[in-house]
Amino acid sequence: MVYFILKRMIQSVFVMLAVAFLAFSLFRFVGDPITQMTGVETSVADQERLREELGLNDPFVSQFIRFTGDMLQGDFGYSYRTRQPVADMITERVPATLELGVVALIISLLFGVPAGVYTALKPRGIWTQTILMTTLVGVSIPTFVIGIMLIFLFGVQLGWLPTFGRGGTVQIGNWESSLFTISGWRALLLPAITLGVYQLTLTMRLVRAEMMEVMRSDYIRFAMARGVPIRVLHYKHALVNTMVPVITIIGLQFGGVIAFSIVTESVFQWPGMGLLFLESIRFVDIPVMGVYLVVIAFFFVLVNLVVDLLYVAIDPRLRLRDVE
Amino acid sequence: MIAFLKKYEGLWLFVHSPLSIVAAMVATLIILGAIFAPWIALVNPYDLASFSLFDGLLPPVWQDGANPKYLLGTDDQGRDMISAILYGARLSLIIGLSALTIAAVIGVGLGLAAGYYGGRFDAVVMRIADVQLALPAILTALLIDGIARGILPTAIQQDLHVAVLTLAIALSLWVNFARTARATTFVQMNKEYVQAAIMMGQRPSRVMFVHILPNILGPLLVIMTVDLASAILLEATLSFLGIGLPADSPSLGTLIRIGMQFLLSGEWWILWIPTLFLIALVVSINILGDFLRDIFNPRLR
Repeated sequence: MVYFILKRMIQSVFVMLAVAFLAFSLFRFVGDPITQMTGVETSVADQERLREELGLNDPFVSQFIRFTGDMLQGDFGYSYRTRQPVADMITERVPATLELGVVALIISLLFGVPAGVYTALKPRGIWTQTILMTTLVGVSIPTFVIGIMLIFLFGVQLGWLPTFGRGGTVQIGNWESSLFTISGWRALLLPAITLGVYQLTLTMRLVRAEMMEVMRSDYIRFAMARGVPIRVLHYKHALVNTMVPVITIIGLQFGGVIAFSIVTESVFQWPGMGLLFLESIRFVDIPVMGVYLVVIAFFFVLVNLVVDLLYVAIDPRLRLRDVE
Repeated sequence: MIAFLKKYEGLWLFVHSPLSIVAAMVATLIILGAIFAPWIALVNPYDLASFSLFDGLLPPVWQDGANPKYLLGTDDQGRDMISAILYGARLSLIIGLSALTIAAVIGVGLGLAAGYYGGRFDAVVMRIADVQLALPAILTALLIDGIARGILPTAIQQDLHVAVLTLAIALSLWVNFARTARATTFVQMNKEYVQAAIMMGQRPSRVMFVHILPNILGPLLVIMTVDLASAILLEATLSFLGIGLPADSPSLGTLIRIGMQFLLSGEWWILWIPTLFLIALVVSINILGDFLRDIFNPRLR
């Protein structure tokens, strides 16, 4: 078990190093940092001096080591565009994106898991066919179109909900939260649904496939033969065994949620990391692009590491494997 | 014989699945429309001389004030909506299909080789795939687009827009192909016919492409269909975000972005008709993908 955890951690460190390397290469090779930092009037001699001072003439490897070391200490450099520290720009935006993502994820699980179980248990029912058809259309509608539709319906036609921004926010330490005001929740609702719908269809399909697989297994057949009540069979024997994949889904979906939050944030002008990333691409603000990449990869790796550890907690078979 | 039966069975199932038939018809219609756009479209949306501002903002024929010449109305520039959509679909499909082809060539090539050689080569390819998987497709595509903006001189950027977009989409989709090809190749490697071919001293490239590839085409075909839908969605999303194509050569996504400006006004058709069209195209491709998956994976049936 300790071995397993250790192995997973080393793997995570490697993925992080690879992403850091990518971010560093971006910074180093896409455009010349010196021309980005200095104006037209700076003389070539001054440019060369700055290059030497910043250590851009050092060997590649030592530059990369210094870059990684700086990052570990929370020094992410400065934006080309705003000249602000990138660390500040990102941390300011993290709460908005995380709150949006978590609420979207909760929506997707709240509706996706029951729908998946239902469609698996009643594969021939009329409701199942309806739900399956709806989700097929659901995955085919791009996130931004769902956003536009919701804006059109609830924002423009009905005028019930705001269509942009975060509404009222409350400052808790460094965390600017919109979860404690009514206007915050109203502003959060449409973006969260937009982001949640696509994930919901994925959740449902995966839970359904998993549940059908479990229902076919021998121990379920045996329990059925033993005369275990059908309700107990479904919700105690079968559902519990689909828990592991459901947790995997959360891990996998986290990446999707973050990626699609770029789109959602753009549609709703939601002031999160995704919007910042889009702006940085439009203005070729390489430091912000690179740091965004590292931060996203960090969250992704962290979530998946936690997921793997949860496996061990949930599934006793994984713990036994170590003993052998 | 088995291959023939399988084909026959697939055809039989197809005829008995009304949904798939409708989907196939819709997809075929749109694809034909896109191919023949230059001949059937009323105006050329790229040619400013072929339409006039005086025809701007005309509604579809079933509404008051329409011009029967423009069946689905016109946009603010006076472009016929049908022509814009046909050309838009043409561009979306060209980008989607080329991206898919590049992704398939890279992915299948690497996956086959990884499955065939195994060992260290396999490990390297799969680690790269892992890192790629940690970065979702949209993120990869956006990143490549951003890098292209940084590296290419501004003058060439306009000309290379389509190429950059295609490459960005291709590089975010190759992993699916690589993983599927690798997994299925592993299975084939243990079969007698592959072992025999290797024993006979046939070149690795011949074993891979002549013997193994035809036997793993089924699952790859499913991935292709599903990923074509993804590629079209990805292109639409990127264009919608304003990262993809410029407004003077609109794809379906760009048309929707332009239509967004009319969300608050009465000209609903400028936004919703291209949107509906995009959804119809992707839904029908996805239905066909689902159908193919069911055929090649009988366990799910």
